[in-house]
Amino acid sequence: MLTIATGNKAVAAAVKAAKPGVIAAYPITPQTEIVEQIAEYVAGGDLESRYIPVESEHSAMAACIGASVGGVRTFTATSSHGLLYMHEMIHWAAGARLPIVMANVNRALGPGWNTWAEHTDAFSQRDTGWLQVFVGTVQEAYDATLMAFRIAEDERVLLPMMVNLDGFALSHITQSLDTVELGDFVPPYHLPHAIDTANPLGYGPMTGPDDHFRFRWDIERSMRDARGVIAEVEREFAERFGRSYGPTEDYRCEDADVVVVAMGTLGKEAEVAIDRLRDEGIKAGSMRLRWFRPFPDLDLAGREVVVIDRDYSFGFGGVVAHSIKSKTGIEPYSVIAGLGGQEVTYNDIADFVRNRRPGTETWFGVSDHV
Amino acid sequence: MTNITMRSVTNLSAIPKEEYLYKCTSACAGCSSSLCLRYVLKAAGPDSVLVVPACCTSVIQGIYPGTAMNVPVYNVAFAASAACASGMSEAFAAMGRETNVIVYAGDGGTVDIGIQALSGAFERGTNFLYICYDNEAYGNTGMQRSGATPLGARTTTTPGGKPTTKKDLDRIVEAHNPPYMATACSAYPLDLYKKVKKALSIEGPKFIHILAPCPPGWRYPTEKTVEMGKLAVKTGTWILYEREFGKLSISGPSKAAMKKPAPLEDYIKGQGRFKNLSPDIIDLMRQQVQQNIQRLAREEAGVC
Ligand SMILES: Cc1ncc(C[n+]2csc(CCOP(=O)(O)OP(=O)(O)O)c2C)c(N)n1
Ligand code: SF4
Repeated sequence: MLTIATGNKAVAAAVKAAKPGVIAAYPITPQTEIVEQIAEYVAGGDLESRYIPVESEHSAMAACIGASVGGVRTFTATSSHGLLYMHEMIHWAAGARLPIVMANVNRALGPGWNTWAEHTDAFSQRDTGWLQVFVGTVQEAYDATLMAFRIAEDERVLLPMMVNLDGFALSHITQSLDTVELGDFVPPYHLPHAIDTANPLGYGPMTGPDDHFRFRWDIERSMRDARGVIAEVEREFAERFGRSYGPTEDYRCEDADVVVVAMGTLGKEAEVAIDRLRDEGIKAGSMRLRWFRPFPDLDLAGREVVVIDRDYSFGFGGVVAHSIKSKTGIEPYSVIAGLGGQEVTYNDIADFVRNRRPGTETWFGVSDHV
Repeated sequence: MTNITMRSVTNLSAIPKEEYLYKCTSACAGCSSSLCLRYVLKAAGPDSVLVVPACCTSVIQGIYPGTAMNVPVYNVAFAASAACASGMSEAFAAMGRETNVIVYAGDGGTVDIGIQALSGAFERGTNFLYICYDNEAYGNTGMQRSGATPLGARTTTTPGGKPTTKKDLDRIVEAHNPPYMATACSAYPLDLYKKVKKALSIEGPKFIHILAPCPPGWRYPTEKTVEMGKLAVKTGTWILYEREFGKLSISGPSKAAMKKPAPLEDYIKGQGRFKNLSPDIIDLMRQQVQQNIQRLAREEAGVC
């Protein structure tokens, strides 16, 4: 059904379609609209979930963990400080192999208080064992949330998944949204290690080095398997609902000499910049990186690369720039831009490409270059 | 709530023979909290799940892949047990399952780091039983002070004795108006057993606070564990009661003790943690005991 919605409302609509048994959440700007909308669905009888209005994000994730292992599908949403407050339980969810789905509305961290978009929150959870996808449109926020349940709950994966959408720049903008009749696309929840009192087991007890090591390897193996599962689910989604996604969204890349890599809304903005650059005769393309974990293989050989990072790893560099460098061996031109919701227009992105200096880094609007 | 029918229990022989905590635990010799767990599980029966935060009980289960327990045990992070239980309880409710969800947490995981989650779960009316076994210190990490460590007690982080009093957890829980709450002590297993049974027969958030003497923490010989619990009750230091829908009733063993408490020194003198207490501190402790006795006696008598 064609309608219009904000990114937040699109996530809520996908959650309604996937019918989790338990939703536990705590509000934080700019995620709040998601949990409010879900509370409305539950209160109005449009969604038969049990909604736990917890007292903190640590408890939100703990409640999802209890419910997920208890035997039902679970969902939560957070952002920024909420995500970091969950950090301990974020590890716990992945280590316990629980397919919890969470929307994270990307936002900067204090001080000072800044509620606008930045990817630092999600990247701070990089090594926890969660799958992470970054979306660029309202429609994609909806589609990716639906697919998240399918992917996370697949027995070859059984890892939690985070759907990332830029605070305000996507959470609060309105675009058209085509909702689907889900049918059996997301099957009933089945967790092979759900609690069964007829078969008592110890969950997460003291574990020696050898078993611990094996369990960690098992997470890595599932991360690797997840690539195939993601491709499978995205293919099936395309067949059923006509919208296709991949590890990256490529725009005019085939013959490009220079490729812009960015995530989220900046990745979408880059497409407009590419059209401008093409008009000027610059053979540019854009590759919007959708998956952060597992990190995809990128086909960038033989091209110049401009990476825009809405994040920074202090004392080191842009996280995406360095990921690409280590994956492809290419020395990109690394632009740090958009922190704390800094406005970055397609004109700015076109400038990044025009003025590129491969192998160097610049902070847009702060350092002297660009 | 529970699939176990209530039966009148008047003596120890009525307690089921089934064991859910096997003899292969890694508990210290003389550990009274593992003794309590044994009775808790007997009362709860097999259709129960334990949620356990970081504490001695994480160790008592043994090391993967073995387990000393015959019910599912869900281990979770230190601060998370009540919230995790909330989620589990809601999941079971969503599936129409009657399984008991029981948190078994230490005093540190309850009065300190876990109190936010505890308070949240009680405020939301989660259907579960939260048990705090109180050995009055952080046992798992080697006997540091907790908010439940009593005045004067030496721990590894209060080597000169704790300068402040024990946090009154029961009054904090009471302020949440749960349908059922009780205190218990490892030296009175029948009383504990009955309280767990009763708690599990009631819908909503239930709470039992068990005093669990701990030989290495309290520094007394292992064989004196039961004696130590009895002395806590007989001196009025620990008062056994239950509160059903707000109505207080003092439990049998404490009734007599409250009328004529044994001398406090009987309780203090056998414990290394209370060695060399100054007379001032002992006076303060005595005042606290008397205040508690008077407060609860007045409340039970309906005098406010
Ligand atoms: C966030 C966090 N901080 C600290 C610890 C270390 N830790 C594990 S158990 C424990 C103390 C537990 O004490 P208590 O709850 O009283 O239970 P007991 O060990 O006495 O049974 C501590 C400090 C931890 N596991 N997690
Ligand atoms: S430290 Fe105390 S509570 Fe912990 S296992 Fe040993 S005796 Fe039991």
